[in-house]
Amino acid sequence: MVQPLGYLKESASQTAGPYVHIGCTPNFSGIEGVFETDLGSGPLYNDKTKGERITVRGFVIDGSGTPLKDALIEIWQADADGLYNSPSETRGSADPNFLGWGRTPGDMSTGEFVFETIKPGKVPFKGGRWMAPHITFWVVARGINIGLQTRMYFPEEEEANAADPVLGRIEHRVRVPTLIAKKDGNTYTFNINLQGENETVFFDI
Amino acid sequence: MTNFQPETGGFFARDREMHPPAYTPWYKTSVLRSPQRALISLEGTKSEITGPVFGHNMLNELDNDLILNYAKPGEMPIGQRILVHGRVLDERGGGVPGALVEFWQANAGGRYRHKKETYLAPLDPNFGGVGRTITDENGYYWFKTIKPGPYPWPNGVNDWRPAHIHFSIFGHGFAQRLITQMYFEGDPLIWMCPIVKTIPDEEAIKRLVAPLDMNNTIPHDMRAYKFDIVLRGRRSTLFENRKEGN
Repeated sequence: MVQPLGYLKESASQTAGPYVHIGCTPNFSGIEGVFETDLGSGPLYNDKTKGERITVRGFVIDGSGTPLKDALIEIWQADADGLYNSPSETRGSADPNFLGWGRTPGDMSTGEFVFETIKPGKVPFKGGRWMAPHITFWVVARGINIGLQTRMYFPEEEEANAADPVLGRIEHRVRVPTLIAKKDGNTYTFNINLQGENETVFFDI
Repeated sequence: MTNFQPETGGFFARDREMHPPAYTPWYKTSVLRSPQRALISLEGTKSEITGPVFGHNMLNELDNDLILNYAKPGEMPIGQRILVHGRVLDERGGGVPGALVEFWQANAGGRYRHKKETYLAPLDPNFGGVGRTITDENGYYWFKTIKPGPYPWPNGVNDWRPAHIHFSIFGHGFAQRLITQMYFEGDPLIWMCPIVKTIPDEEAIKRLVAPLDMNNTIPHDMRAYKFDIVLRGRRSTLFENRKEGN
């Protein structure tokens, strides 16, 4: 016999269901007066936030090509200097005017999601390497049994993307473009395909 | 605070054998919404081991009281009054302080307050069905609510959801992000439910079933159910790879 390790098991995931908005964005779902605003809604920046203002928009699309109209999307990103506003950030203090976290539902009639944020800086990886600027995504919805994690990268960062150790880990190079947004001025379009030929790369992190 | 020293270690690998797979055809909506290719494994980087902090000052007094937070003055929703309480832990067994816990549910008749909900059971004018709280320094949380009713849903021709409360939990790292559901001890619908059955491990299902907790029942007021939630654990920073570029 040996000593038991004694670790607990993570609670099993269950789908967010069709009414995730009630819990996470109640004002959006029509329940007004309980919370003043929906947590994580609105622009991620304020007047004092450092960095280039950008819009990130897109759809979460199912295997038939139909946009989901009941998804909830969260993003988490570094500030303009590549620092996270988190106690686990050990390299310095992030911009106090930028939390770096946002949450939005897809539009109930079209499914489109929109974030108003800033472009993040590059973030260090192991061994002195750097990750190209990116935004981390987490997607839940009815029919999604466990939250899906992916990343959006920036198309104008060709050199940094080519050196990015996470993108570099993707064996099938043909899939890399699923993580790179399309740019039009300061607006980036990032569609998340759950299935099909252009299925987005999702991560087990 | 027990967790004053910020933690920077990577998270334990997620046990995907215990979580539901993406493709579970008996839960029909998953068929077109399940990624079909293998997930790309990624040891957590700075982007996943970090996460935002939610301060207790964002909470209002009634945020964790679903009996009163939507009720008209002097009125209350209809149904069984219950207290739901427990701890948010991580896989190492310790409490997770400062975790954001959000919850939502149907009313006593099994009806949600949502624009797209069509079940014929009535709305309760005094019940919104949403609340939230932040765990204390020991990871403890509680809220008061009305026991939700079971309800039919369009999947099979006669599928019913067991009574349940949805939970969204935000721990310390974005990699810990979790949504799950709490079920009630003794509900026969649990073992018939296609969504419950997406979980391949019977023990993992049992860990989502909250027992009646008579010790914390408030006499002449409300019964208590105890529900602990476990988030992923993380390695001790002491043994992190020093070559990490920071």
